[in-house]
Amino acid sequence: MLEILQYGFMQNAITAAILASIACGIIGVYVVVKKIVFISGGISHASFGGIGVGYYLGINPLYGLIPFSLLSAVVMGLVSKRAKVAEDTLIGILWSLGMAIGIVFIYLTPGYAPDLLSYLFGNILTVPRSDIYLMLALDVVIIVLVYAFYKEFMALCFDEEFAKVAGINIERLYLLLLCLIALTIVLLIKVVGIILIIALLTMPATLSRHYTNDLRKMMYLAIFFGAVFSVAGLFLSYIFDIPSGATIILVMSTVYILHFVYDGVKPKKAG
Amino acid sequence: MTEVIDLKDIWVSYDDVSVLEAVNLTVEDKDFLAIIGPNGGGKSTLLKVILGLIKPDRGSVKLLGGNPKKTRKYVGYVPQYISSNLEFPINVWEVVLMGRLSHKGPFRSFNEEDKKAAEDALSTVGMLDFRDRQIGELSGGQKQRVFIARSLVTHPRLLILDEPSTGIDSRRQKEFYELLNRLKSEIAILMVTHDISALSVYVDKIACLNKQLHYHNSKEVSPEDLEATYQCPVELIAHGVPHRVLKLH
Ligand SMILES: Nc1ncnc2c1ncn2[C@@H]1O[C@H](COP(=O)(O)OP(=O)(O)O)[C@@H](O)[C@H]1O
Ligand SMILES: [Mg+2]
Repeated sequence: MLEILQYGFMQNAITAAILASIACGIIGVYVVVKKIVFISGGISHASFGGIGVGYYLGINPLYGLIPFSLLSAVVMGLVSKRAKVAEDTLIGILWSLGMAIGIVFIYLTPGYAPDLLSYLFGNILTVPRSDIYLMLALDVVIIVLVYAFYKEFMALCFDEEFAKVAGINIERLYLLLLCLIALTIVLLIKVVGIILIIALLTMPATLSRHYTNDLRKMMYLAIFFGAVFSVAGLFLSYIFDIPSGATIILVMSTVYILHFVYDGVKPKKAG
Repeated sequence: MTEVIDLKDIWVSYDDVSVLEAVNLTVEDKDFLAIIGPNGGGKSTLLKVILGLIKPDRGSVKLLGGNPKKTRKYVGYVPQYISSNLEFPINVWEVVLMGRLSHKGPFRSFNEEDKKAAEDALSTVGMLDFRDRQIGELSGGQKQRVFIARSLVTHPRLLILDEPSTGIDSRRQKEFYELLNRLKSEIAILMVTHDISALSVYVDKIACLNKQLHYHNSKEVSPEDLEATYQCPVELIAHGVPHRVLKLH
């Protein structure tokens, strides 16, 4: 079985899975502890607009995705915090709006949109080298920013009012966090696709919460879980010739469910 | 010496329901002022206005001589309701260190000086033995003490406490007031409280708040003030000289 490791596409796929797990582990922990799963789902789905725009302009859809997902993050962050309407309603509207924009642009694009399904459902086996470099660069950006603002993010997630009194511009910091989520979504899209991203973003982080009470260790563990599950899913999908993104999520969900069955009635700590 | 707090003609309403009306208040350096008043009287709102967390409909707020958004980092604040996310993976030590955040910038991690300050603050509130404990695993009173430690860790010029003694047992309460008593020789303290023992023994000045603020820059509280504040007949008894105790029916 190990001979499949010799294939270039498999090496790329494993590298991509690990690079994705790094961002996913770090940012997923923030998504889980700050309980912003819904807005993260909104950003990831709305980002589909960027894929559509990318196809329409005839560029690599990932280059349409990056600005569009950042824009979605900022708009959602500002609108949900400032408008007087219920936050989840607005997120739900923007979620659909972004997807609608994507669908219209893909429709307007002459010819057909190659790989469209891989953006929706992921296809890690087709990740080209160039995307790997992009993923590496995004990981570096995420790690540097989280390192720089570690204390500040911790205060933001733990106690916003306190962070405000301590002189932190929490609106700007929250927008930065949402932008990091947007970049993580760009990293994850080739692995599991827009539809399944939320599972990948939250499951390793939630699982890690059960093994440690330390934020930093949670991140390391979540990276580890993410990498193990996605590489395992990758192999299974290759062996059984089934879609990789869905297989990764199935592997993760199975472990997750078994974990709670095994744990019995032990109550959840976070998530 | 500028005033620590200077409020002029503050009006606040939530959705057209008036909560504060024409409030004026000055707090001088080293004042120890208590605010009393019925539930829903606007006490917590007033503290948030002082900290610039709520923007008043009208009026001007000066904190430590400037805009509260700029100066509030020099203030220690213990909110009434701990707004924090108590499932968050954080221990007592990290919570108190977080108090030093205002002295730091991005990329800068906490150094020996910060750790010393956190250690001092924790032993001041008697919680040093709990430094590795998860915040969610503490009792209400223990949490309150940790949050008090967090507010002390920057050596603030002003301490703002919103019903800090809630959930603290009476022995700890006495210790806590003794601590405030020591602090007040150096900093100003503004505290919302219902605690008669604090009012009778430790506090220097008392203000009554129920939409309007009744305050005479002293510990004297007239029966008219109390009746206006609590909207019920109030009996005032003298208890030792020069202090007075309030007895509310
Ligand atoms: N965020 C808010 N939105 C709407 N009404 C509020 C809000 N906060 C407080 N209030 C109302 O304002 C009044 C004063 O509240 P508060 O300042 O908490 O009083 P106190 O601290 O004296 O008990 C109460 O009637 C309360 O219901
Ligand atoms: Mg209150």
